[in-house]
Amino acid sequence: MPDIQTQGTEEVHPDVLLVNRAREGDVQAFEKLVKQYDRQVFRIAQHITQNREDAEDVVQDSFLKAYEKLDQFQGNSKFYTWLVRIAVNEALMRLRKRRTGRMVSIDEDVETEEGSMPRDLADWGPDPEQQYSQSELAEILRKTIQGLPPGFRVVFVLRDVEGLSTEETAETLGLSVPAVKSRLLRARLQLRERLSRYFRKDKRNGGAK
Amino acid sequence: MTCTEFIALLDDLMDDRVSAALRAELEEHLRGCEHCVVTLNTTRKTIEIYRSHELYELPNDLRSRLHKAILAKCKKC
Repeated sequence: MPDIQTQGTEEVHPDVLLVNRAREGDVQAFEKLVKQYDRQVFRIAQHITQNREDAEDVVQDSFLKAYEKLDQFQGNSKFYTWLVRIAVNEALMRLRKRRTGRMVSIDEDVETEEGSMPRDLADWGPDPEQQYSQSELAEILRKTIQGLPPGFRVVFVLRDVEGLSTEETAETLGLSVPAVKSRLLRARLQLRERLSRYFRKDKRNGGAK
Repeated sequence: MTCTEFIALLDDLMDDRVSAALRAELEEHLRGCEHCVVTLNTTRKTIEIYRSHELYELPNDLRSRLHKAILAKCKKC
């Protein structure tokens, strides 16, 4: 068992130790943090920007910004959550640049009533994804989530794909906990509804009735 | 309990944030409502599918290019 530094009775998260070393100029410690979280940052950036080049830029800029701002990292939130907040802001900024003249925010298009009540009530087969090849399935999943309003998509991605808690998601996006919960429910229900078109049980026997 | 009330509590049920008493009420509703059973199961499955499939893979060559670029700039900071 390696020695873990403690503060009082609480264990210090290994990331905090890396952050402390990086603050003192240890670039290799920062590199470890990059390697640990670059995939997640890339994924989040892709989901928000829907653009490969932008996502690459977001990865670079987010880590650089994090490095420059390491002194501002308080250690009372997780490093990962703090980093994700930077990445989400960078990604939204990129999205705005691409869509000049159109306001883009996480509040966009969330006033829709769609998805409050399920309409397609057909059950799915036991292994619905087996009906498709891996690449077909990935395409279906990408297309389906891209159809969500950005404000729902980002909540679903942070909470359900990246595994942040509801509170962390709220903190990251500057939303209230009830707002996150309401968006998450509608995002989940809308995705479920849209995926039903592909995964419903009677799909192979002629599709929708 | 109506279906609308059930759906409003769907996330809390899936995330295990309901009291034992409320859970009993939700389960009671499920016993008599096939629609809500389907909604619950397929919503769970939706989350599971998104969690278990990598939609945006970061290829190794791009990854190392990004690392190099980031670290080169960090060293200049």
